[in-house]
Amino acid sequence: MKNCYLGIDVGSVSTNVVLMDEDKGIMAKVYTQTQGKPIEAVKRGLKEVRSQVSEEVRVRGVGTTGSGRHLAAMMVGADVIKNEITAHGIAAINFVDGVKTILEIGGQDSKIILLRDGIISDFAMNTVCAAGTGSFLDRQAARLGIPIEDFGEMALKSQAPVRIAGRCAVFAESDMIHKQQLGHNQEDIIKGLCDALVRNFLNNLGKGKEILGPIVFQGGVAANVGIKKSFEEALGTAILVPPHHDVMGAIGCCLMAQEYDMKKNRTSFKGFDIVHSGYQVKGFECNDCSNGCEVIEILRDGQVSARWGDKCGKWNGKLKNEVEKLA
Amino acid sequence: MKVTFPHMGNQYVATKVLLEELGVDIVIPPQCSNDTLDIGTKHSPESICLPLKVNIGNYIESIRQGADTIVITGSCGPCRFGYYSILQKEILKSMGHQLDFILLDPPQGDYDKFFKSVTKLANTKNPYSIIKALAKATKALYGVDEIDDAAFYKRPRERVMGSTDQLYDSFHKEVRKVKGYRAVMDLVKETKRKINSIEEDPERDVVKIGLIGEIYTIIEPFVNLDIEKKLGALGVEINKSLKISRWLTEHLYLQPLKLSSEKEIWQAAKPYLGSMIGGHARETVGYAVKYAKEGYDGLIQVYPFTCMPEIVAQSILPSVEKDYNIPYLCLIVDEMTGEAGLNTRIEAFVDLLRRRKELKHNEKLLSGY
Repeated sequence: MKNCYLGIDVGSVSTNVVLMDEDKGIMAKVYTQTQGKPIEAVKRGLKEVRSQVSEEVRVRGVGTTGSGRHLAAMMVGADVIKNEITAHGIAAINFVDGVKTILEIGGQDSKIILLRDGIISDFAMNTVCAAGTGSFLDRQAARLGIPIEDFGEMALKSQAPVRIAGRCAVFAESDMIHKQQLGHNQEDIIKGLCDALVRNFLNNLGKGKEILGPIVFQGGVAANVGIKKSFEEALGTAILVPPHHDVMGAIGCCLMAQEYDMKKNRTSFKGFDIVHSGYQVKGFECNDCSNGCEVIEILRDGQVSARWGDKCGKWNGKLKNEVEKLA
Repeated sequence: MKVTFPHMGNQYVATKVLLEELGVDIVIPPQCSNDTLDIGTKHSPESICLPLKVNIGNYIESIRQGADTIVITGSCGPCRFGYYSILQKEILKSMGHQLDFILLDPPQGDYDKFFKSVTKLANTKNPYSIIKALAKATKALYGVDEIDDAAFYKRPRERVMGSTDQLYDSFHKEVRKVKGYRAVMDLVKETKRKINSIEEDPERDVVKIGLIGEIYTIIEPFVNLDIEKKLGALGVEINKSLKISRWLTEHLYLQPLKLSSEKEIWQAAKPYLGSMIGGHARETVGYAVKYAKEGYDGLIQVYPFTCMPEIVAQSILPSVEKDYNIPYLCLIVDEMTGEAGLNTRIEAFVDLLRRRKELKHNEKLLSGY
């Protein structure tokens, strides 16, 4: 039986599940669409990741991250629940020697993480606008009628990129339409979009930050060679895209779960069998005070296994487990 | 006359004591909630700072309970707060509420006007009873702020998570029900004693953060999304640059005498910001330097969107961060603030501080200090 660690990253667009062995080797990885149904996505991810490994495994620790980290943690019984910034930082430190800057673009958010001496020293996350994220690119690709997978390749073919106003997603779109109507060809418009996104990212997040090499580019958008090229042009230096760039958050979780296991030597993992359980989510509004909190109740096979969403702790307090309190 | 006032952290306890001791009928606005903010946002100018919106919500909720007079301090602040009373009066008027506004501006030499508003509010002309009530209110305020301090210390150390919050929340519920100085002080003492006797877990690794920024957003828990409880649960002990009790002493007792307790802080801020530019920008920078010198692990600045003095401070703080090698996080709040994003930032920031601390500790061990 092989010892391994499980990492789950439930993001807005994709849910990623990784199984890592004790020597930090990636045994299996799954990248699946969340599509607004995180419970289904986690189940599907677990099922697929299990089927990729033929030998018997023993899960010694589980970590979750992403915006759906608490939901996933409740389902699988996680030992570590961490934010995306820490998870991405830890993954990059372990997989790229001496990394000093991480550029991460996911579905709904983008971040820049600065590392010095092997630890995170500063970070920033997009606050106001989605013009620097994967969803924006997805949408524009759809509007141009190009599969998102080919988007980057097309940008590389551009001879004379057009300049597109990238400060706001809505205005970028109208500007793009305008450029289309003028008769610019698709490659140049796509390259212009990549440049605009990179410009927006560096202006918003990179402002005032010292971006030093080696620079790592990760997250789902890192698969886009067009964006990578635009970053390289803007920063004037080579940018590294790690082999598992799309699941770095989940890998970070595996690493933290391993660390936890070394310290505590126990796990609350509920087993792969949970994929057969039925989960229901019920929501109700608590009317005991004027806050009117929307409380979410998660039922596993008809049993309440967690509640959250309340400000005062009346609903979540009773069922809080130790892990959640520590995280 | 039924008097009400806007919320600002613990201030309501002091105002309650002051007016109850003077025998004035009062309405304490309900604790700030999403409803409060919704009302305020609906009736306030869109780009005004957040405190005004919450204030308007407080007034309306109090008016529903029968309040007909509003008392507010002015502070003669060279920021928008100085115009709050005028703007708020206009807003309420346009909503069809004709209320009396009693403005308690610090005297600034014009004692006649000041005493006129005080006697109007106090329902008595006897200066002795006014001063006595004021002294009691001040004492109560210091008492409640001491509860805060005790909670800042206990939250990251408690063995059973949430025990401090439970006592803390129950205090704020109970204090509304009791009447008069004596009863309030008894409750304060009792709560302080209970919080201080919460069992501690010596194993917990406590990180220290200095909370700086705009006074209203630092001390009003609803507005800063309960940042002190969130940080406490993450194992962080905090210290706040501004407290309502200190503010009262400063503005009511010291400034009229041209004195200040903030001289040391101004001195600390001097290399970065030499003069008063409005609001509490100078204090924000000064306390940042002070906390850094005292060996705090990190700094968090909180301010309401569009707050000019704090924007200036925000552009200065990266220099403090660099000079003193202390990590700094800025959080801007308004009615659009998403809680999930805020939680992620806070959590990641605390992780960062903790790893840094570990590294520093290991380095010390290696170099043999």
